[in-house]
Parts: sequence; structure tokens; C-alpha cells
Amino acid sequence: MSDVDMNMPILIVDDYKTMLRIIRNLLKQLGFNNVDEATDGSSALQKLRGKQYSLIISDWNMEPMSGLQLLKECRADAHLKDLSFIMVTAESKTENVIAAKQAGVNNYIVKPFNAATLKKKLIAVLGNF
Amino acid sequence: MANMVREELLEKLQAFDSGKENANLEGLVDSLMQNIGDDAVETNQKILDEIGSVASYIHDTKRQLASLRPDEIKSDYLPTAADELDAIVGATEQATHNILSAMEQLEELADTLEEATVSEKINGAVTQVYEACSFQDITGQRISRVVNALQHVEQKVDKLLQAFGDEPVKGVGGDPEKPTSKRADGVNRPDEDLCNGPQMEGKGVSQDDIDALLGFD
Repeated sequence: MSDVDMNMPILIVDDYKTMLRIIRNLLKQLGFNNVDEATDGSSALQKLRGKQYSLIISDWNMEPMSGLQLLKECRADAHLKDLSFIMVTAESKTENVIAAKQAGVNNYIVKPFNAATLKKKLIAVLGNF
Repeated sequence: MANMVREELLEKLQAFDSGKENANLEGLVDSLMQNIGDDAVETNQKILDEIGSVASYIHDTKRQLASLRPDEIKSDYLPTAADELDAIVGATEQATHNILSAMEQLEELADTLEEATVSEKINGAVTQVYEACSFQDITGQRISRVVNALQHVEQKVDKLLQAFGDEPVKGVGGDPEKPTSKRADGVNRPDEDLCNGPQMEGKGVSQDDIDALLGFD
């Protein structure tokens, strides 16, 4: 029995359409089908304020609003502050990880990643499924 | 003594400037030489020699730089290199989408198979292809950084051309007096200093290191 609602709305954010497609497909393989997409922080924020999501999986390096800025916006917003936020990024310097942690990220996946890592991080954030 | 020299020089310069007196530069220099002592002349001569050799060095350097044709580098080579790199990003993106489309079809077909083990094997392989396709994101980011570096070089070449006295090409190099941002395209964000991009093999921290840092599973 899964602890997780597999129909939960998930927002994935990345400025590379190929990455959006890859993450969407990997999520689908894991059983998550209710997935929306955004290509930068600002459009993601707009979607987050228009619909209740259970999880956001976001890239860092995007313009005009980066994933870190998006995370900070979420944590500063009373309605979004508890939203589970996973950063998926090629930024792999220690200072990046620390900055994300200080901003309140729930987990951090460094690119390139595989399906097993994605599943492991989803379980860590959402619980077993 | 110094005041007298100053007054005389001032008078002659004013006359030269206004053109009221038939003064000339040679007369001005002669006057200056008469009013300074022999020791000072010797010292000044050394300074003049040094200045002359620096001027000659600058002249040679300018000639050598001119032979590199910075105008061609700016107008032809740099834009071509940036265009080529953009084309690589576009082509790999298109190819990746094609691969993903094929894999999505394969995945759908695998789900219709009666033999579960075969279906699982196919889905496993499809997953590996999905994972591998993320190369496009990483290479795209790396190439974007190279394009930014080229734009930075372009700005420097622009300044070089200006130093030669040539008109800078409008709209390409931007304002040479504007402080250079980390990104040559001028985009600045609050976390600009953290946008380091993909790290080279062994340079960044691993997923295990990140998990240890964050205390996550």
C-alpha cells in the first residue's frame, strides 16, 4: 500500500524542453501522471499561484527567474511555504548546495541523474510509493 | 627662478594659442631649454629617451596587433563561432526530441505486450535512453557558457578597435564604458555569482557529497 497519492499534481520547471520531457517520462514510469510544466521561475510561480501543487521539481539555472529565486519566493509566500521542493540541477558546487539548503530546499539532485536517483529522492520527500 | 620661467612660458603659450604673436613651438622649446640648467637638461634627456623607447614599443605592438586583423576577428570569426555553437545546440535538441519520440512509442508498444518480462526489459532499456538523453541539457549549458565567453572576447576586441581609432560596430559590442558583468550578454541576477554551470569531471561535488552536506537520504 502506497503512502503517496500517485495522482498528486506535480510541477516540473526547466528551460530545456528536452529535460521537461525526460523528467515527465521518468515520473510517468514511476506512476506519477498528473504533471504540469513551466520553463522558468516566473511562469512557474504564476502556475503555483493558480493551482495547488503537492511537489515542485525545478532546475536552477533559468532566466529571468532562477530556481533558487523561485524557491525563495515559495518560502516567502504563506500559501507556498510548505510546498515540497526538489532542485534538479547541474550546479554542483558546495556553495550552491548550501545556498539551496539555506533557502529551504527539500532535496537536491545533481544532473546528470538516473531514474533510480529520482525515485530515491521522491521517496525521501514524499514517503514510500 | 621657477616663477620667472613659469611666467615666460605662460606668456608664450598664451601668445601661441591666441595667434597674436608670431610664436612657434620651436621658440617655445628653445626658451624652455635656456631657462633650465645643464643637469636638468641631462636628466630630461634621459626621460625623453625612455619616453621615446616606450613610444616605439607601443608603435610596434600596435602594428603587430593590427596584423592580427581584429576587425576580421570581430566581424567574421567570432559571430561565425557563436552561430556554429548555437546550431549545435539546436541540432542536438532536435535529435534528442526525435529519440524521445521514438522511445515514447516503444514504451507504449511495450505496455501492450502480453509477456511481462519482455515488456519490463523494453521499459528498462527505454529508461536508460531517457537518462542518456539528458546529455543535451548538460552540453547545451556548457556551449552557452562558451558563447558567453566569445561575447566577452568580442567586447575586448571592440575596445582594441577603438584604441586603433576605428569606429566600433554598432549594436554588437555594447557600450565599452559600461562595467563588464560576469555574463557578456549583460543579464544579471541576484544569484549570478552562484550560476557556475556544470562542473568538469572531478571538480563539482558528487550526489553522495550533496546528500551528506544536506543530511538528506
